[in-house]
Amino acid sequence: MSFAKVNNDILRTLGPAGRIYWAGLILALTMLGFGGYAFYHQVRFGLGVAGYNPPVMWAIYITNFVFWVGIAHSGTLISAVLFLFRARWRTSVARVAEAMTVFAVMTAGLFPIIHLGRPWYFYWLLPYPDQRDLWINFRSPLIWDVFALGTYLTVSVLFLYLGLIPDIAIARDRVQDYRRKLYSILALGWQGTNQQWRHYNALYGFLAALATPLVISVHSVVSWDFATTILPGWHSTIFAPYFVAGAIFSGLAMVITLLIPLRRFYHLEEYITVRHFENLAKLIIVTSLIVTYAYATEYFMAWYSQNEFERSTFLDRAAGQYAPFFWTTVVCNCIVPLALFFKKIRTHLKTLFVISLLINVGMWLERYVIIISSLSHDFNPSVWPAMYQPTWVEVMITAGSMGLFFFLFLIFVKNFPLISMTEIKENTTTVTSPIVMEGSS
Amino acid sequence: MKGTDPVITSHHVLGIYDDPQKMVQAIATLRTEDLGQIIAYSPVPNHAIQNALEEKVSPVRIFTLIGGLLGCIIGFALPIYTSLNWSLITGGKPIVSIPPFTVIAFELTILLASLSSAIGFLFFAGLPNIRERLPYDVRFTVDRFGVLVICTAVHCDAARTILEHTGAEEIHYESL
Repeated sequence: MSFAKVNNDILRTLGPAGRIYWAGLILALTMLGFGGYAFYHQVRFGLGVAGYNPPVMWAIYITNFVFWVGIAHSGTLISAVLFLFRARWRTSVARVAEAMTVFAVMTAGLFPIIHLGRPWYFYWLLPYPDQRDLWINFRSPLIWDVFALGTYLTVSVLFLYLGLIPDIAIARDRVQDYRRKLYSILALGWQGTNQQWRHYNALYGFLAALATPLVISVHSVVSWDFATTILPGWHSTIFAPYFVAGAIFSGLAMVITLLIPLRRFYHLEEYITVRHFENLAKLIIVTSLIVTYAYATEYFMAWYSQNEFERSTFLDRAAGQYAPFFWTTVVCNCIVPLALFFKKIRTHLKTLFVISLLINVGMWLERYVIIISSLSHDFNPSVWPAMYQPTWVEVMITAGSMGLFFFLFLIFVKNFPLISMTEIKENTTTVTSPIVMEGSS
Repeated sequence: MKGTDPVITSHHVLGIYDDPQKMVQAIATLRTEDLGQIIAYSPVPNHAIQNALEEKVSPVRIFTLIGGLLGCIIGFALPIYTSLNWSLITGGKPIVSIPPFTVIAFELTILLASLSSAIGFLFFAGLPNIRERLPYDVRFTVDRFGVLVICTAVHCDAARTILEHTGAEEIHYESL
């Protein structure tokens, strides 16, 4: 594979959009519009339009928050952790995963704000000097979230953008349309000199090394939002590793969900091969087994601790009014991924796509079950019979978050190289072929 | 001077190669002859080129270290200062609670280390550099490699001969 061919094949994705792309973009925008309207309605009439009823005061919004933060995690795993392990196969899937990380964190970050009674005061979460010398409570896990998510978003954006610079320079030298000026600015004048490469390589290694502990810390902090309370079902020391594994599990499923259609529409079969999907599926098996083990440990600890409230909550989870959601979670996250042990299944992309969708559903429901079933089954038996029902506002804001994520992602895939051309070239031994000097005007 | 790429103020010769090995050979000869400052262009990072130029370890790591240390100090200092400034006991915990403040310190360590690494990279790589001060060919982002020698008029002739002998596809000479 020659260098020129790599440029040709991957920059082809920046060409004019087809009907399917436009249909996807319009669908995403429509969902976003519905979500925006629902949020407007909530701001106008107050948080009462959501289905909150004591003691269920965290519901779908926090489910969505944890879900989207989780989706983000596999991006960093693929781009940073696999980079440090020198797993070269990551090259073909890393860019999509990194972009997914950035957009998922952006989507996730909106939910704690949507969840606020007066969202326009969200800046009260930041430590800024004020007249009354009143500071935020740094002992609160919700403030840890602000720092963890802020750092994660910043580092993910840096990782994505700085990693894109050499590829943006390729687009700058090749694309002739209105985007050329944008690429010129974003490429920052990159020329590929030895000095630039030297410092770029150092930077990339440091960012990967810094992002690796960060990714573990972020979902640990998210899990501590729950674990630092005394609520049965939440107050558990395994929450941090359990959430981190779950996050990577769900993120890997989302990467597969995004990559299979992209590969097909943009004819990237030569770059994103079945082997890549097989490797992702193997990582899914590992993380699924960890998640299954965590589920089992929770039940073991509920039984072994002899704590009546803990036992009651976990029994209710499996046999109470939220049991259908719980068992769907178990089937999607623990049983279905076992099929990936068979090579025939994990290399059959249509089946893999369906499995990845089921895992997405399962992981969303997992967070829903953790949040709702624990809150609704607290220390006061008189509130147990009440069942939480999401309202149309919550459903539409959830759909809106998906619209936002896919809208941002679709804009990205049409304007930036989907696969790192530079890294593909690095892994390629043939430099030249009979050259057609495309775009050198 | 910003970054390490020089502003062209004298004569220069630019050789364009289709094979990095040939360019490495050219760089080695040019360095032996000591004809002027050498800048290599490549579409991908190349260890052979880096070795031929005997490049040192990037100083970006100093920025990473300083940023990380600063982040850690700020991460502890800010919660401790603000807690003492408004000493309200919450959750029955001490005013200065080190375990929760460690979370803040950890996140700020990573944040400032990453930001300062990025700043260090931009500084040393001479970016942003929108005007593209060095001679350049768009094929350097496709599949061609280039070596630029900044030299005096006499040395540039010698450099040109070396580039020719090592198989440069094209040679561009410019005197300013």
